[in-house]
Amino acid sequence: MALTRLFIANRGEIAVRINRSATALGLETVQAYSEADAEMLAVGMATDAVCIGPAPAKASYLVADRIVAAAKDAGCDAVHPGYGFLAENAAFAEAVETAGMVFVGPKPETIRAMGDKAAARAAAIAAGVPVVPGSDGLVADIAATIAAAETVGYPVMVKATAGGGGRGIRIAETEEDLRRLAPQAQAEALAAFGDGGLYLERVIRNARHIEVQILGDGQRAVHCFERECSLQRRRQKVWEEAPAACLNAETRAKLCASAVALAESVHYRGAGTLEYLYDETTGAFYFIEMNTRIQVEHPVTEMVTGIDLIEEMLRIAGGEPLRLRQEDITLTGHAIEARINAEDPANGFMPFPGVVGALSIPEGPDLRFDGMLYEGYAIPPFYDSLLGKLIARGATRIEAIDRLKAALAETRIEGVKTTIPLHLSLADAPEVRSGAVHTQFLEPWLASVQLAAE
Amino acid sequence: MSVIRSPLPGTFYHKPAPDLPPFKAEGDPVAVGDVIGLVEVMKSFMEVKAEVAGTVVRFLVDNEAPVTAGAVLVELAD
Repeated sequence: MALTRLFIANRGEIAVRINRSATALGLETVQAYSEADAEMLAVGMATDAVCIGPAPAKASYLVADRIVAAAKDAGCDAVHPGYGFLAENAAFAEAVETAGMVFVGPKPETIRAMGDKAAARAAAIAAGVPVVPGSDGLVADIAATIAAAETVGYPVMVKATAGGGGRGIRIAETEEDLRRLAPQAQAEALAAFGDGGLYLERVIRNARHIEVQILGDGQRAVHCFERECSLQRRRQKVWEEAPAACLNAETRAKLCASAVALAESVHYRGAGTLEYLYDETTGAFYFIEMNTRIQVEHPVTEMVTGIDLIEEMLRIAGGEPLRLRQEDITLTGHAIEARINAEDPANGFMPFPGVVGALSIPEGPDLRFDGMLYEGYAIPPFYDSLLGKLIARGATRIEAIDRLKAALAETRIEGVKTTIPLHLSLADAPEVRSGAVHTQFLEPWLASVQLAAE
Repeated sequence: MSVIRSPLPGTFYHKPAPDLPPFKAEGDPVAVGDVIGLVEVMKSFMEVKAEVAGTVVRFLVDNEAPVTAGAVLVELAD
């Protein structure tokens, strides 16, 4: 291991997770923390800890200059950004490298290129990866709009290039719809944004969210198969699985190969995730964006492949070539992660910070809990509500669901309300058990069920 | 004299958005149900509503300052 001392520029469960893998690799760790996070679990685990500012993230975890200076002053030779905060901030990655340290992630120019939706789409097209069919740039007038829709295929979404917040968007099922709706979208965009430019995109109905985990060393890349994260509330993932049970072997192979092709085409370094929409009715998948960081749901991939993704990130950051060959990476069983948030599902998912009382986390074969809790810990109200992630593996998907359900029922986190009742209901829902879900499933389902009080 | 307390721990905001005027200023009348500020808790924003009427004497918590649950936010004159 070429690295010796790692600065962890994050908090919560991912800081705990990074500390573990780094320590196992023989690295010293220096944990960053805000004034509100002095009591967090990762601070006690790390070799050293440094306060980087007041409670609000914009005064601590988001202050790039101060974090770089703190890492340098603490004698670190690398910085792991975790997820969120500065993890996908190219200027931060650049500042870390300019200060003579290694950024545990891709090169700044890769973060910049893949962070721009249009540039990422262009890179995907160049690598031969399918993207959501759309018009080739802006459509000039109604005739051009109709012509583009013929090529793209109905139903189409007419979008204002300057749009936002849902304004300037119309869905047209037919040419007749489009003739009526396109001028409306244009007028709305012109009024709201002063720019009537329109483009078209195919509507993918009842799409599933599928993402491929990749690892690259700047030259070569491998995939660690895919995850399905279709159960989302307000665009936040709630429950994640690996692999995606809806894919057949042929589609899985094509999907994962496309991710490797795109990763290699941008000389990707580190761990990354390519997100796709999957249309189950046609078996087509479409690249939507790339996340250039470790993701919250990475443990499901680790559970079915046996790979420690954080360890691989650190080895690659230390300059080792990718040590995994594609043929060494295999899938064993099925894994599911339930995100346990400090929110009250019986009360509109109201956040519920508090002091952790009695705590009991189940253990057993094929169970894992990635968390940051201990009895007496006062959960600060300043950051997100993720308390931990309960992950269960089974030989089959149903076995994984049942193991997760039993573990959830046994989990006790006194003192706060959590989303465990939501996960218990999901584990019993016929649609979830049969796997008949998509990204628009969870919110209407929530509106139709009464979640049991914890 | 009566007070309005924060129902949750978090960050207190006097204004609905950074570029908008505050919900209430010193000397403003407050009716029952009026929003006097926001508390941001775990990235969600909760409105703080007055349960008593009065006139704002002063705010005890600055804009964007941390608050604990039960902390007095505003003093009202009857």
